[in-house]
Amino acid sequence: MPDSKLDLLQGTLDVMVLQTLRAIGPLHGYGIARRIEQISGDQVLLNQGTIYASLVRLQQRGWIAAEWGISENNRKAKFYSITRKGRKQLAADTAHWERVADVMGRVLALPGDGVKQ
Amino acid sequence: MTRLFARIKSFFHKREMDADLDRELAAHLELAMQENIRRGLSPEEARRKALVRFGGVEPAKEFHREARGLPELDSVLQDIRYTLRTLRRDAGFTTIALLILALGIGANTAVFSVVNAVLLRPLPFRNASQLVWVEDTEGQTGLSSQTFPVAVFEAMRSRNRSFQDITAYDAFFGQVGYKLTGRGEPERLAGLPVAQNFFPMLGIQPVLGRQFVKEEFQKNGRKAALLSHALWDQRFGADPRIVGQSLTLNNEAVTVVGVLPATFDFGSVFSPGTKVDIYLPVIMDNIRNNGNELSLIGRLKPGVSLEAARREFAALAPALRREHPEWYSTYTAKLSSLKDYVSGKLRRSLTVVWCAVGLILLIVCVNLANLLLARAATRSKELAIRKALGAARFRIVRQLLTESLILACGGATLGLACAFALTRYLAKSRTIALPLLQNARVDGTALGYTVLVAVGAALLFGLAPSLNVAGGRIQDSLKESARGASEGKGRGLFRASLVVSEVALACVLLAGAGLLLRSFLRLLDVDLGFQPSRAIALRIDYDQTASQAKRNAYFQEVLRRVEAVPGIERAGITDSLPLGENRSWGFRAKGKFYKPTDYDEAFISIVSPGYLESMGMRLRAGRRLTWHDTDTSEAVILMNEAAARVGWPGQDAVGKIALVDTKNGRRVVGIVGNVRETSLEEQAKPAMFIPIAQTSDIAGTELILRTELPTEAIASGVRTALRSLNPSQPVQDFRPLEQFVDRAVSPRRFTVLLVAAFAIIGLLLASLGIYGVISYSVSRQTQEIGIRMALGASAGELQLAVIGKTLRMALTGIGIGALASFAVTRLIASLLFGISPTDPETFFCMVVVLGLVSLAAGYLPARRASRVDPMTALRSE
Repeated sequence: MPDSKLDLLQGTLDVMVLQTLRAIGPLHGYGIARRIEQISGDQVLLNQGTIYASLVRLQQRGWIAAEWGISENNRKAKFYSITRKGRKQLAADTAHWERVADVMGRVLALPGDGVKQ
Repeated sequence: MTRLFARIKSFFHKREMDADLDRELAAHLELAMQENIRRGLSPEEARRKALVRFGGVEPAKEFHREARGLPELDSVLQDIRYTLRTLRRDAGFTTIALLILALGIGANTAVFSVVNAVLLRPLPFRNASQLVWVEDTEGQTGLSSQTFPVAVFEAMRSRNRSFQDITAYDAFFGQVGYKLTGRGEPERLAGLPVAQNFFPMLGIQPVLGRQFVKEEFQKNGRKAALLSHALWDQRFGADPRIVGQSLTLNNEAVTVVGVLPATFDFGSVFSPGTKVDIYLPVIMDNIRNNGNELSLIGRLKPGVSLEAARREFAALAPALRREHPEWYSTYTAKLSSLKDYVSGKLRRSLTVVWCAVGLILLIVCVNLANLLLARAATRSKELAIRKALGAARFRIVRQLLTESLILACGGATLGLACAFALTRYLAKSRTIALPLLQNARVDGTALGYTVLVAVGAALLFGLAPSLNVAGGRIQDSLKESARGASEGKGRGLFRASLVVSEVALACVLLAGAGLLLRSFLRLLDVDLGFQPSRAIALRIDYDQTASQAKRNAYFQEVLRRVEAVPGIERAGITDSLPLGENRSWGFRAKGKFYKPTDYDEAFISIVSPGYLESMGMRLRAGRRLTWHDTDTSEAVILMNEAAARVGWPGQDAVGKIALVDTKNGRRVVGIVGNVRETSLEEQAKPAMFIPIAQTSDIAGTELILRTELPTEAIASGVRTALRSLNPSQPVQDFRPLEQFVDRAVSPRRFTVLLVAAFAIIGLLLASLGIYGVISYSVSRQTQEIGIRMALGASAGELQLAVIGKTLRMALTGIGIGALASFAVTRLIASLLFGISPTDPETFFCMVVVLGLVSLAAGYLPARRASRVDPMTALRSE
């Protein structure tokens, strides 16, 4: 598997997870995965399993915290919540993404039909 | 940073984290399933959908592990586990490889520990690099010409500007025994008289008690002594109350003022092979008129170089000579670093040993490379398949290198254990007279060196085979290991060249060892001028205050009673033993022209009648000494041939007069055969012998006993005889004269033994290498051999073919090795004695030995080849 693609995906997924937790509050892994799917209108074809790698990574960085709790259907599940450090990181990431998106948008909006000048 | 910490933490908590993840994933699937059921799917369908959306549980776990832990380390661990498994499966190979490596690495560690202690580590004194050995170089006659009189010491100490301080000890300490009485069995202790600043300047603090103080250095002052740690431990049971107590030494009360630390061993540094039990103040006023007596050590001021001090002393010594012609006129001062003085002479021989052991390591590596190559060849199919399945070349090389590293680590661990035992033995051994050897131990530096050697070796013997294997084309190796094919040409050549280089290395080792061994044997064959076998020396006492006549009667009686002991053939007395300590006096041959300040120099021994016979020395001309030579008869002297040649060149010296110690001179009554006085290597120097009955200037009294019987058989008889004259006579230290010869050749023996042992190991390893390669190629060619036999080749022909192949390899190796030896043995020329570095006999023997050994190594597989049964060979597999 080429590394660059994976890295991009990792980074993207991490931001999505952080944003989801910030918006909705503590959630378990399944909940996070479902929410991302729903928000993206099922455009992100996510293998739900990959979310756990992202979760452990964020946790090791101290951006999210985890705690075992009881889910809505009365089962034990691990709930994740965003930390203060995580919020800071998210703010930074958001700014970064917005800049990238802005630049990309402007570049892609260049007029012309590919004729050499 | 926190991430790395978390990763390491999770690396060690794999199981818990996995269990946690399992529970989490189970909860996830459950939640997904329930949602699907709520949507109206059947439970089975709901579960299937949930799993599909999840996308594979195992990959998810794998991603999780990779993200949280240390995946690189994981795969290294995997390699290690795999290697351990395959090594365990191949126990025979593993055992041989480990043993060979343990030998190579262990030998290297042990030798390094010795080299480190003797050559590399600083001397065990404070700021040892500042210490300088100050030596007199006025003549070539032993100790007397290397030492200084008290006045010169004092003048140098007060007038120099290069040194913080200069200290001294009495170089002739071995000639004065200290008889300890009043505490059980009388015992003779070896004592060293030292100047007051001796211990403070070296930075040695007593562990108990105090240093000497000024009053203890004054004539007729308080008598004091410091004990060596070993004596305190062994003789006084490590009793701390000994400090302040009084001992009777030579019938005088001496107060013990302290005990020195165990780390201070005077003999080990300054006089290998001798021990010192007690240290006493040197009373300068008592020895002021003794001539050269003190050995000097200086401590340079910070920032002053040895070179600068040399310049200063080159001017200072002549200045002192001019001012004080009455202080023995000819001294100079040669300065060298103390370290150089102590171990400089050993640098070359130890370097040779170090190189030899390095060669062993090279041979070990080549051998292992060969073994691994053979192993890799049988595994090449496995490796090719792995490659075909997509294993990266890097992974395969890493896998093979892991294998060599693990082997090297195992070997190093075993080797360290051996090295530890060997080093301990060497350090404890009192028979090897190598300076500082007692300090040899496998310390941190040696451990580091071992790791370096092990890793280096692993890379050396692991890299070649793994590149060789990993580099090959998949198809080739799949084809080559197919049924019945013989070994590919390229790889066979590579292995053969490994064996050739191994033989060549062994060749160099053998040549070096052969030359050293022959030198050693030549040296033992040297005519010493006396016969050390069956002669025993024993220190005896006499009353130094008695009159000459009384003393003469006493010595005569001692000899009479001792010679009456059954088994004693002859007995004599001398005050100095050859290869022991020596002193020299000046003499003038009457009739020869000398400038006013000139004289000839010769070793001086004060001896009794019977001395020549008991030593086994030869009388060349004239007569021996008798008890009729007394203080009332004519003063006489014996000269050795060298002294006679110096004093009376071209004349018969017998009957001539020599001016030595008496006013009217002494008549030369006999010429004695030359004796090697200082070492076995050096030519005999002038020496003279004065009857004990005609002088009172006796340095010490050694009784020499010549006997056919072993020491134990005569000991009690001699003891009774001596005690009957002098009840407080200590009679423990019977020293066979061979002991002195042993001590004199000890460093050489040490070198020879080690290099010879390494040569034998090298030879064995080389033959193992030959055997391995030939045997392997025979087993690969079994079918080919079968076919040739079936086609009518005879067993003899096949044997010849295999042996021919062996000999080709061996001869190539020997040829290269012989050429290399020619170049290398020149470097050890200075260590040789009596033979040239290209001694043809040695080289011839080396070629024959190597040829025969390789023939033997090739013969076994050859015999196996000739016994191949064509039918079984063709049917096999």
